[in-house]
Amino acid sequence: MKAILAIIFKDIAVELRSKESISAMLMFGILVLVIFIFAVDPSVDRLLVAPGILWAAFSFAAILGLNRSLSMELDNDCLQGLLLAPIGRGELYAGKVSSNFAFMMIAEIIVLPVFVILNNLSFNVQFLKVVGIACLGTLGIASIGTILSTISANTRMKEVMLPVLQIPLTVPVVIAAVEATRVVLTNDPEEISSWLYILGGFTIVYLTVSYLVFEFAVEE
Amino acid sequence: MPDTFALESEDIRKTFGHFTALGGVTLSVRSGEFFTLFGRNGAGKTTFLKIAATLVRYTHGKLRIEGIDIREEPEKARRHIGFLSHNTYLYRDLTPIENLRFFSRLYGMPDSDERILSLLDRVGLRRRASDPVRAFSRGLHQRLGIARVMLHDPSVILLDEPYTGLDANAVDVLNQMLDEAAASGKTIILTTHDLEQGLRGASRAAIIDRGKIVFAAAAKDNAIREAYASYIRAGVTR
Amino acid sequence: MKVKILATLSLVTMIPALYMIFLYAPTEATQGNAQRIFYIHVPLAIIGAYGSAGLLFIGCLAFLITRDLSWDRFASTSAEMGVVFTTAQLLTAIMWAKPIWGVWYAFDSRGILQLVLLLIFIAYFMLRAYLPDREKRAKLCAVFGLLGMIDVPFNYLSIYLFRTQHPQPVVSPGGGGVDADMATTLLVSFIAVTCLYAYAFVKRLTVAKLEEQVDYLTQVTLAYE
Repeated sequence: MKAILAIIFKDIAVELRSKESISAMLMFGILVLVIFIFAVDPSVDRLLVAPGILWAAFSFAAILGLNRSLSMELDNDCLQGLLLAPIGRGELYAGKVSSNFAFMMIAEIIVLPVFVILNNLSFNVQFLKVVGIACLGTLGIASIGTILSTISANTRMKEVMLPVLQIPLTVPVVIAAVEATRVVLTNDPEEISSWLYILGGFTIVYLTVSYLVFEFAVEE
Repeated sequence: MPDTFALESEDIRKTFGHFTALGGVTLSVRSGEFFTLFGRNGAGKTTFLKIAATLVRYTHGKLRIEGIDIREEPEKARRHIGFLSHNTYLYRDLTPIENLRFFSRLYGMPDSDERILSLLDRVGLRRRASDPVRAFSRGLHQRLGIARVMLHDPSVILLDEPYTGLDANAVDVLNQMLDEAAASGKTIILTTHDLEQGLRGASRAAIIDRGKIVFAAAAKDNAIREAYASYIRAGVTR
Repeated sequence: MKVKILATLSLVTMIPALYMIFLYAPTEATQGNAQRIFYIHVPLAIIGAYGSAGLLFIGCLAFLITRDLSWDRFASTSAEMGVVFTTAQLLTAIMWAKPIWGVWYAFDSRGILQLVLLLIFIAYFMLRAYLPDREKRAKLCAVFGLLGMIDVPFNYLSIYLFRTQHPQPVVSPGGGGVDADMATTLLVSFIAVTCLYAYAFVKRLTVAKLEEQVDYLTQVTLAYE
């Protein structure tokens, strides 16, 4: 446990010094939101397309963040230094997932108000629910993205491989998160619980499986 | 010399696909010994050392560090191991102190800046303790790497070609640290293709060629120099 | 020997199947002759797409447990079968949808699921293609294959739920009950496609083994020079 916290604090320290990861995710997320202002026909009901746009922004920003997080470990072979430590490979995974999740959430917390403003929403209970869904969805993306970024880093294409691997696998998360957000924003009487179960189930399953197979992804 | 073994390898083999990197290495290093492994590039010395450090998984055999089987209890074994390679495994954006604090916590050592600062003192980095590592030369990098290796007080120190690319100052620092470590009873296993540096502090030496140990003797034995000439200097395919 | 049996079996079962599909089965009332594609499409989807997914999962899991490279061959063969059969299944879906409903593709829950499954199979292959080292390739692809196949039930759930909330005009095998003759035709077609799949699978697996042997001999020869 101490080791996991050590990894998280180390990632925070590096990020505070380099300021590369969160700012990149942030800018990218906002840019995607802005592009869609022009890309979507203004006559369309905003509230129906907005959740999709939001999660498109989050998905792409996540890929950026995950790649940065891993390239920090590949620089100077720091990952080997982590593998030398007397901690299990699963614990190493837990540390990286936590810090990836934290950084993604920080970027998203800043993107969300921009989203609210661009779509004429308000900062009320609805907004808090959207933030809650964002947390759950982001944890799902982080859980699978952390191990996928480790896999893609080994290929000749390096970081470019990550979107190829990640986007098909995060379809359930994106669908569930978009639908749940839509239900909240449009005050749809539809049940939101099944979407939340999917998000929760996905996250739990992938955190567990990745924890167990992470050593195969990192060993030489 | 105490009777326990710091490293015992039995018939360690490693294949990468169809390529055999190690064809059965059986080796024992006593606690407190300073053991040098010579070999040409591609002979398998780095692979063997990485296997001992649990970074690479062997295909066949058994290996014990301080009596602990590395396949069964890898984390326990790693606590006793310090590994230094060409890459220093340091975070360039952090300062030496921040790097060492992190590794300290990772190894479950008590959070003590005094220990870290005195260690930095011994490697001559006290004055640069708060500069980001990004600005360091290779020699300074390697010195910090040495500090990282010694941080958790490992009883078995593995060094893979540590003299490569070092300036004279860094070489002195390394030799000093190794002498101190050897004097305090730590086991040192070094790989190199530099004969003089390799034999300097060693008590025993061996030569590895094409994945097998082909020669082993006490370091003072002159036969080593002849064997070195034929295996390493010659460099011609047999 | 196994391959010869499977080859004969495929031939022997495919001929009656084709006869039944084109001549025996009654023409469907609303969809006409184009509906006959259904008899090929459904087995392709179930055995080719989902069957391959199942085999890929088994192969990847088995490799991670045993670290035996022959399971890696098994997994890559399953994925290849998956790509081929899922593509074939998508093409037959298009051939079916266009003449009858006028749309290129039925974006119902099954349709989207199969599209995503194809993308996962293709991603697996891209990963294989960009990993030159044999052992690393086997390990990393096994991990990705495992993660990908675990994703399939989640995909199914989320896509199904999505489509129930946003229903589209249904593009599916004809309304009303399925005629007894149609059911028999479908069954025969299933058997034929299964035999064909098994034949292709075993043949591909044999070729994969030979490819590796060639690889090995090439490396040994190069090492001598």
